[in-house]
Amino acid sequence: MPQTPFDGAAGPALQFDAEGNLRHFLTIEGLKRSLLTEILDTAERFATVRGQTVKKVPLLRGKTIVNLFFENSTRTRTTFELAAQRLSADVLSIDIPTSATAKGESLLDMLHNLEAMQCDLFVVRHNQSGAAHFIAQHVAPHTSVVNAGDGRHAHPTQALLDMLTIRQHKGAFHDLRVAIVGDLMHSRVARSEIHALTTLGTGEVRVIGPKTLIPSAVRSLGVHPFYDLKSGLEGCDVVVMLRLQRERMEGALLPSEQEYFQRWGLTEAKLARAKPDVLVMHPGPINRGVEIESAVADGERSVILQQVANGIAVRMAVMSMCLGRHGALTMPQPEGV
Amino acid sequence: MRLAITGGYLIDPANGYEAPADLFIEGRYIVGVGHPPEGFSAEQQLDASGQWLIPGLIDLQARLREPGFKHKGTIESESRAAAAGGVTTLCVPPDSRPVLDNPALVEQLRRRAAAAGYSRVLPIGALTQGLAGEQLAAMYGLKQAGCVAVSNARQPIRDTLVLRRALEYAATLDLPVLLHAEDPWLAARGCVHEGVVSNRLGLPGIPECAEVIAVARDLVLIEQSGVRAHFGQISSARAVELIAEAQQRGLPVSADVSAHQLFLTEIDVGHFDARAHVRPPLRTQRDRDGLRAALADGVISAVCSDHQPHDRDAKLAPFAATEPGISAVETLLPLLLRLVDAQLLSRRAAIAAVTSGPAQILCQQCGSLGVGARADIAIVDPQQRWQVNDTTLQSRGKNTPLQGWELQGRVTCTLLEGRVVHQLPHHPDLNLRRVSL
Repeated sequence: MPQTPFDGAAGPALQFDAEGNLRHFLTIEGLKRSLLTEILDTAERFATVRGQTVKKVPLLRGKTIVNLFFENSTRTRTTFELAAQRLSADVLSIDIPTSATAKGESLLDMLHNLEAMQCDLFVVRHNQSGAAHFIAQHVAPHTSVVNAGDGRHAHPTQALLDMLTIRQHKGAFHDLRVAIVGDLMHSRVARSEIHALTTLGTGEVRVIGPKTLIPSAVRSLGVHPFYDLKSGLEGCDVVVMLRLQRERMEGALLPSEQEYFQRWGLTEAKLARAKPDVLVMHPGPINRGVEIESAVADGERSVILQQVANGIAVRMAVMSMCLGRHGALTMPQPEGV
Repeated sequence: MRLAITGGYLIDPANGYEAPADLFIEGRYIVGVGHPPEGFSAEQQLDASGQWLIPGLIDLQARLREPGFKHKGTIESESRAAAAGGVTTLCVPPDSRPVLDNPALVEQLRRRAAAAGYSRVLPIGALTQGLAGEQLAAMYGLKQAGCVAVSNARQPIRDTLVLRRALEYAATLDLPVLLHAEDPWLAARGCVHEGVVSNRLGLPGIPECAEVIAVARDLVLIEQSGVRAHFGQISSARAVELIAEAQQRGLPVSADVSAHQLFLTEIDVGHFDARAHVRPPLRTQRDRDGLRAALADGVISAVCSDHQPHDRDAKLAPFAATEPGISAVETLLPLLLRLVDAQLLSRRAAIAAVTSGPAQILCQQCGSLGVGARADIAIVDPQQRWQVNDTTLQSRGKNTPLQGWELQGRVTCTLLEGRVVHQLPHHPDLNLRRVSL
């Protein structure tokens, strides 16, 4: 059936092919727990205990992966590139200033040009919520799309790498109390983490921040809002700190970075409210002294660097699963320690 | 030309008439209801057996896209679509390009609409020059040229003093003012209702208070200026409450709602479905129910289509970058009939909301089927089911979230001042035949 622009009603089914296999990876919302667990298990096999990933495997030999970054991100792009290379795929990264494709039409034209070059998977980052969905609705049937962050909407691989990190330290999710702290309003990471945590059965998910940065409808996602950091951190097993963008001071959302740090910045003293073995996470890049003090970011409870390493493993898992649907690919055995 | 429409069931809310009756037309006017005037002999006869005869619909807001956006629709294409939807009177907002802020443009629009001949077009003039919200438009000239009201369309008037002056001046000329209430700061860059869905999808929201605050402000100035005012496309239950309260106090205010607001909610945005991108945004189920209740109890006295046809590219982008608007003029009546079917609205009230209701607001001489009235008539097959799709829609814009819906009730024939301007091809129940003399 030819696609019309008004095919729009793409539900969660958009992420799967006709056989029910993962085709696109756009959002955590609507995915089953068993699938998330399968992705985490796959990622686990790519990761070794030392926080490294396996050496090069031939899973995606002959496949072409294109990183389309309409928004700058050195780290996310690098981990996607590394993940693709370790799967033996050919990788092309294209940075496109958003101004060059302000109109959707030229965005589509560019996609179709790339498709004509027989790309198999697009990794897309874009400043518009829904951009990855839009692209997934319009690519050719043989092409997959992985969302590397769309506007404020979703950043599903980031969420899953955090889930992998939590699972490596805590095992199961059902007894955990997890707090996400900071700018929930504008954070795609937070939205994806909330879906991942609730889908995986986390005991309690809290969000903490000022009312200007916590959407009033946040409860509908199944989380408990707290407006005070100290009480919100009480008894937490995991604390996820979100990056605070400088421009939030301009929209009358916050008075100053200093005041934000005083009230919602994570310090050793405030962290004492959480459980002694609390994990401190941050999707980066960190604003030291704004949302987190260095002593905590570099402290023994911080797993921020492990998150980065897990990022490669999770992205290897997602890309191999999206492209593995065409045939049986043998998984590598985990390397011995 | 003398025409007899026979066998139909007449529903004429303006005259409180609801019974089987034949209609007799001579020239542009109805000359007989139920029985022909003395000496009447029909030259043509329309057999409307099993069908309803209702006044031609009056749509308080439809954009024809001309001038300025002919790639989306033209006066010809969209007034023809209107006729297919049974709409014989279209009120056109001033936000074309150029803006309808000078009499020459208004006259040109009316000429072109008359030449197309499918539907009567009533222009709404600009309230401020260029809709910029700074200087008053030449309202007297606009009225002379045929504008039935003035409005700033969806462009905000930020300066309250300018709004006050504009309302006072319109009141001086006894011109009704159409208001589209939205606080520009609170609405900012929003593209969906601020709530569960905006939060889930990470889309910037337009809070309910953007509408409520603007309605509250406008009501104070309406009272102060004494202007006859009408709120177009109200979207929130809370704003309806304020309007109801003002009506109870005797303020000359009325309100309409667009038909899709009575059915769709923010949930219909689904996963970034740009067809549901519309201003004001689709709100909550609670709002939808409040709007339905307000329509049933008469606080809202008209339902419009808020027809906004778009070209294909306008909806081909990530959600927030698409253009808002729904192509809606052909689904206006069947949607209302759905409310009747669900027993949420009486049939008479549903028909009134698109005929006598809007007539009272802007065009007293339309919207009724009494003897002496203009012969603007929609003949409706209440049983016919049809699917909304690219083929059935006559409008150039196929942009509707109702794509694929099956609706019941279809206009089979439309008459504008006694002329057949739309007839459903191959309709088996309808025979237009010339009576041999």
